Amino acid sequence: MEKHGSPIIKINDVRKSFRAADGRERPVLEGVDFTLREGEIVALLGQSGSGKSTLLRIMAGLIGVDSGSVQYRGQPLYGPARAISMVFQSFALFPWLTVQQNVELGLEARGIGREERAERAENAISLIGLAGFEGALPRELSGGMRQRVGIARALVTQPDVLLMDEAFSALDVLTGERLRDDILELWTQGGMPTKAMLVVSHNIEEAVLMADRILIFASDPGRVRFQLAIDLPRPRVPDSAGVRALIDEVYALMTAGAVRAGRAAEEPEEMRLHDRLPEADVARMEGLLELLAGAPFHGEADLPKLAEESELTDDELLPVASAIDLLGLARVQSGDLHLTLLGRRYVDGDHALRQELFGQQVLANVPLAAHIRHSLEQDPERALPEQPFLRLLQQQLDPAEAERVLKTVIEWGRHGEVFEYDFHAGSIHLPDDQQDEAARNSVIE
Amino acid sequence: MAFERNFFPRQVVEAGNRWDWALLPLVLAALVLAGLGATGMTKPYHLGDAIPLSLDPLQLPYYLLRTTLRMLLALVFSLLFSFAFATAAARWRAAEKVLVPLLDILQSIPILGFLSITVTGFIALFPGNLFGVECAAIFAIFTSQAWNMAFSLYQSMRTVPGELQEAARVFQLSAWQRFWRLELPFAMPGLLWNMMMSMSGGWFFVVASEAIAVSGQNIKLPGVGSYIAMAIEARNLQAIGWAILGMLIGIVLYDQLLFRPLVAWADKFRFEEAGQETAPTSWLLTWSRRTERIAKLSERFTHALESTFTWFRMKHDGTSIRARATPHSGTLARVWDALIAAGGLYAVYELYTFVHAEVGFAEVWHVFLLGCATMLRVVVLITLASLVWVPIGVWIGLRPAVSGRLQAVAQFLAAFPANLMFPVVVVFIVHWHLNPNIWLSPLMVFGTQWYLLFNVIAGASSIPSELRFAAGNLGLTGWLRWKRFFLPAVFPSFVTGAITASGGSWNASIVSEYVSWGDTKLEAQGLGSYIAHWTADGDFHRIALGICVMCVFVMGMNHFVWRRLYRIAEERMHF
Repeated sequence: MEKHGSPIIKINDVRKSFRAADGRERPVLEGVDFTLREGEIVALLGQSGSGKSTLLRIMAGLIGVDSGSVQYRGQPLYGPARAISMVFQSFALFPWLTVQQNVELGLEARGIGREERAERAENAISLIGLAGFEGALPRELSGGMRQRVGIARALVTQPDVLLMDEAFSALDVLTGERLRDDILELWTQGGMPTKAMLVVSHNIEEAVLMADRILIFASDPGRVRFQLAIDLPRPRVPDSAGVRALIDEVYALMTAGAVRAGRAAEEPEEMRLHDRLPEADVARMEGLLELLAGAPFHGEADLPKLAEESELTDDELLPVASAIDLLGLARVQSGDLHLTLLGRRYVDGDHALRQELFGQQVLANVPLAAHIRHSLEQDPERALPEQPFLRLLQQQLDPAEAERVLKTVIEWGRHGEVFEYDFHAGSIHLPDDQQDEAARNSVIE
Repeated sequence: MAFERNFFPRQVVEAGNRWDWALLPLVLAALVLAGLGATGMTKPYHLGDAIPLSLDPLQLPYYLLRTTLRMLLALVFSLLFSFAFATAAARWRAAEKVLVPLLDILQSIPILGFLSITVTGFIALFPGNLFGVECAAIFAIFTSQAWNMAFSLYQSMRTVPGELQEAARVFQLSAWQRFWRLELPFAMPGLLWNMMMSMSGGWFFVVASEAIAVSGQNIKLPGVGSYIAMAIEARNLQAIGWAILGMLIGIVLYDQLLFRPLVAWADKFRFEEAGQETAPTSWLLTWSRRTERIAKLSERFTHALESTFTWFRMKHDGTSIRARATPHSGTLARVWDALIAAGGLYAVYELYTFVHAEVGFAEVWHVFLLGCATMLRVVVLITLASLVWVPIGVWIGLRPAVSGRLQAVAQFLAAFPANLMFPVVVVFIVHWHLNPNIWLSPLMVFGTQWYLLFNVIAGASSIPSELRFAAGNLGLTGWLRWKRFFLPAVFPSFVTGAITASGGSWNASIVSEYVSWGDTKLEAQGLGSYIAHWTADGDFHRIALGICVMCVFVMGMNHFVWRRLYRIAEERMHF
């Protein structure tokens, strides 16, 4: 990368793990190397849980590393540095301070005098297009304006590096796009003091439009799977052929190999008992299947087109796509989604047939569901508490993840009438009408 | 602008605006009153001297002033204590391990216990001066106010949203700046609410803390509490009436001059963005905001605070060697844990030898049974109060027109010291020859039932109206409507109210199981009357035993009943 300048933040062979419930270390990042250089915007893409937010926080000095080194301009980084600023997903404004006071916060912490503080804050506020709102409280502002305050607050300290943690994802599409364009304009015109930006995103289009370089993360443990340089000139037009081709390429890269567990293997791997399940709710899966089967797709679709048509964001669409891939109702291949024969039968079937097919596919393809069903059939009560399954998952996943996976498998199991769940008792049991059948089976055995 | 000035020449008066003029007498009056009260506090005094007090209603304003000042001082100390406690417990893991359980224990010690242990010490601290006794009284009030405030601040500091904490670190806020800019503002609504609760608690125990009748002492400090105590001794119902009026005025003054302005001011610290209820207002706050002098004064104060941020700023950032985290030392933590464990074991050993040598295990068993009696009373009465107040609270809460007004009334009733009603009950019991074991019990929930009421009102009025329409649309009626809709909907706020009510009832048992009216003394068998009895006699060992047992009961109930209910409410029953 000759055209970019000297390195600002350098990350070398970084490893980071969190302690799981049973006391074992669970890696979140492993062997990550990365250099942020002067003059570039880098985007981090990846599924949730792939550690991209963790990496951003390591670069912000908010989290320490277990091994490896983090350097800012050649100096080791032990904590948050003055020259590194951050914009937060849900803005993180102090609701009791006015816009001006919020923007002045970082200057106040540096002991800058009142007059200079006010002047610099006003400059930053008008730079980001908020002049006139200095005295407003954040709660009086709309989401887009709040994030503008967040950006002004980050820029007012003249940072070297600006880190953006999904800065536009809490905004509606239109507002997010406008804000992004404004920032890009400032960046290209040199209106910003900042030398480099790092953007964590789950929106593929956003990443392609903004970045000079995209890093795609793999999960379990998180590491950089692909790197992609983008040489398109700015300003980039979303509908231009170059941008569309790149978006397709990124989709293909992100769904390459086994989308399901995020394993980098080029062969789809066997699903294991305690693997992460894509967080997809049944209604969305049905909706996507019907969309895929109908006109204009007729069973075959480009993922970006599907995202547009279904009005789902990338981090909503990708789990749904990998879930129906996992269940064998469609196949994901190089950024396209193909309906399988089974998927066609599913879409054409009535409600009862759909449930039956779904249940059968869940049992066949999700080892965890099969294990739950098997254990229930053996149990004389036909009911089991959820805790043992949760503990099983917690050996590999962190507690919140484990709960999400169990919740997903329960929803799928309920839809396919594989088993039922009692929220108040926290127990899983066989559907009532299948209990006698199961009893008969076990007697025969 | 110059043009306008010519038209309205009066607006260019340099000496402030017209609000300033109205302020002057108020400030002067406050200063004079504070001086008057303060001189009264530091008069020469020798143990055994009788402080001249009279039941003349004309003296009551002065007594009211003294009581109010005492409460204010206690509140200031409670606030300072809360700052120190919460910061220490939230910042240092090692301190937290000791402080939080300690506070839990302190919280369940009745205030008479503190008073009986500390009063002689305070008197000895200022020999020949009334100030020692004043200190003891202020300390007693402090103990009825401080704990829940400290807890609330600590809880809030622990639950500051993660992104805000990260923002504070990214923007290099020092610990000092973080406290004033982030943690205290975030904690403010909860802290203020608890300050108001504390004030109610302070009024409730005003008699016990001013008319000091513990450890063989019998000192009555000039104040409303002593006035009530004297009226009870003299069986003067008229004086009781005057005292009720005085206290009413005191509570209203506190509300109007202190809490309402604070609540209106603290509205900006509300963290939830939703909930566009009408913002609370206060005439005093509006007025002082319009007053130039006060506005200038508060501006000066903020500037002074801001300049402290400069002094205490972070001198280095994350690239300096000073930011490098010192490797976590496991040994040190283990040594600390071992020390705590050893201290705990030693305390158990001391307790054992103490019980063995001083009171005997039969006495412990006896006190335990008394505790069971009091617990039975608390449980039965909270249940009864719930049966009465939950339906009424739901009824009120569903009618927005009445609920706002009635909720304020219920809060006021909670602050009102129920012991003023005691004489009436005593006369009633004596007249009809009733069993005090049963008929004294209602006094325990007299003051605390209102927490149930206003929490249920708050819960019912926050039921989403869509849910109400749905319930109406489905034709839910009668018992089904209560079982499926109202009761689950108000359950969380009911639990919150019941926790406060039950804790308050335990504390109130000391004054309500042992009641006097002139020479007539009525006593119900229970832990409260046991402690009250031995406190009057000054038997330290039995007081300590009683307090210990009460702590065990209160903490046990909190742990095994209330926290579980609370968790259920949090997990399953919210909108």
